[in-house]
Amino acid sequence: MSKARIATVWLDGCSGCHMSFLDMDERLLDIAAAADLVYSPLVDAKEFPENVDVTLVEGAVSSEEDLHKIKIVRERTKILVSLGDCAVTANVPGMRNSFGVKAVYDRAYRENVTFDPGIPDQVVPALLPTSRPVHEFVNVDVFVPGCPPSADTIHYVVSELLAGRNPDVALKTRFGS
Amino acid sequence: MRQVPTVKTLKINGRDLSGRQEETILDVARQNGIFVPRLCEMDGLTDVGACRLCLVEIKGQNKLLPACVTAVEEGMEVTTDSERLQNYRRMILELLFTERNHVCSVCVSNGHCEMQNLAQRLGITHVHFPYRYPKEDVDASHERFVIDHNRCILCTRCVRVCDEIEGAHTWDVMGRGIEAKVITDLNEPWGSSETCTTCGKCVHVCPTGALFEKGRSVAEMMKRRQFLPYLTLMRKENE
Repeated sequence: MSKARIATVWLDGCSGCHMSFLDMDERLLDIAAAADLVYSPLVDAKEFPENVDVTLVEGAVSSEEDLHKIKIVRERTKILVSLGDCAVTANVPGMRNSFGVKAVYDRAYRENVTFDPGIPDQVVPALLPTSRPVHEFVNVDVFVPGCPPSADTIHYVVSELLAGRNPDVALKTRFGS
Repeated sequence: MRQVPTVKTLKINGRDLSGRQEETILDVARQNGIFVPRLCEMDGLTDVGACRLCLVEIKGQNKLLPACVTAVEEGMEVTTDSERLQNYRRMILELLFTERNHVCSVCVSNGHCEMQNLAQRLGITHVHFPYRYPKEDVDASHERFVIDHNRCILCTRCVRVCDEIEGAHTWDVMGRGIEAKVITDLNEPWGSSETCTTCGKCVHVCPTGALFEKGRSVAEMMKRRQFLPYLTLMRKENE
């Protein structure tokens, strides 16, 4: 049997979920034996590949780039997992939503800047009006709340999915965690 | 002369149980270790049936009734945990999550929150409705306490404990529908309230992180609720 193809994606989050993923420690070796990590901030692939079995998404959808990325990821992934509170609820990135995007830009690029203040119109992707959960844009197959979900929870989810089962995380993690 | 209590017998989830006639379905369920979720009801305060999480099915009635304000009746057959009820409860709780900004990860009550715990217990892993992300105020004008309207679910426990137990009636509800919010005095800053006695009962009955002690950081606010049944019991005995 060929190895499963898994990927991880980092949208608007703090990378804490990826840290928690790495916290699986030696259990990563078992996962590596059963699956190839074909795309991730942790590996060097530049393009999200075709035919991915499982993708773990960390982070909310906050910018035009996030939106563009998540649509491609969804198209090329069999099982899409919202990993962590930012992906599931928008969490901390969503806290800007009540203020409006203009206030966020002004704070970041004008009020706190001494050299050449101004909102960038190239290189940095434009922010969406609000930062929102992944499932408000694309279908999500598995939800794993937690800030971050524990390494044990992530290990359970990945192992179950690789074994062809549907993980039930209700008792293992929760909003906030 | 001491009144003889009238006992009613009923079935809850197929179990034969009994309660005094003035007791509610929730009272009897609780006495018998049957879990019925709720966020507004609290032992020691009057019941208002606001959160609707304790809705139960009663045989012969199409309408779901809130267990906290429905008195037991002879021959009643109650179901507390059908799939239909679970669906409604999850829906209610999910709507509460979308209504304000409940960011558990950075909340003072993270890990000690009745709403967060209930979401887990009801198996909620995500919310099916679009979040509103409203702009809500935080009033930190009081010397010891803070009200964060982002976390308020309008259970009105604070309003009831302040009125019924402390007797101050500093808290009340202003506005209607989605605009409703809890206020101190006539919507004045809590810190300049002339009626607040700074007793802190409201803080400790609050099921979420909406009311907390100043200086508490993420996950540090643990509520002590044990005082309430004692207070009410002692007052009854003194009557």
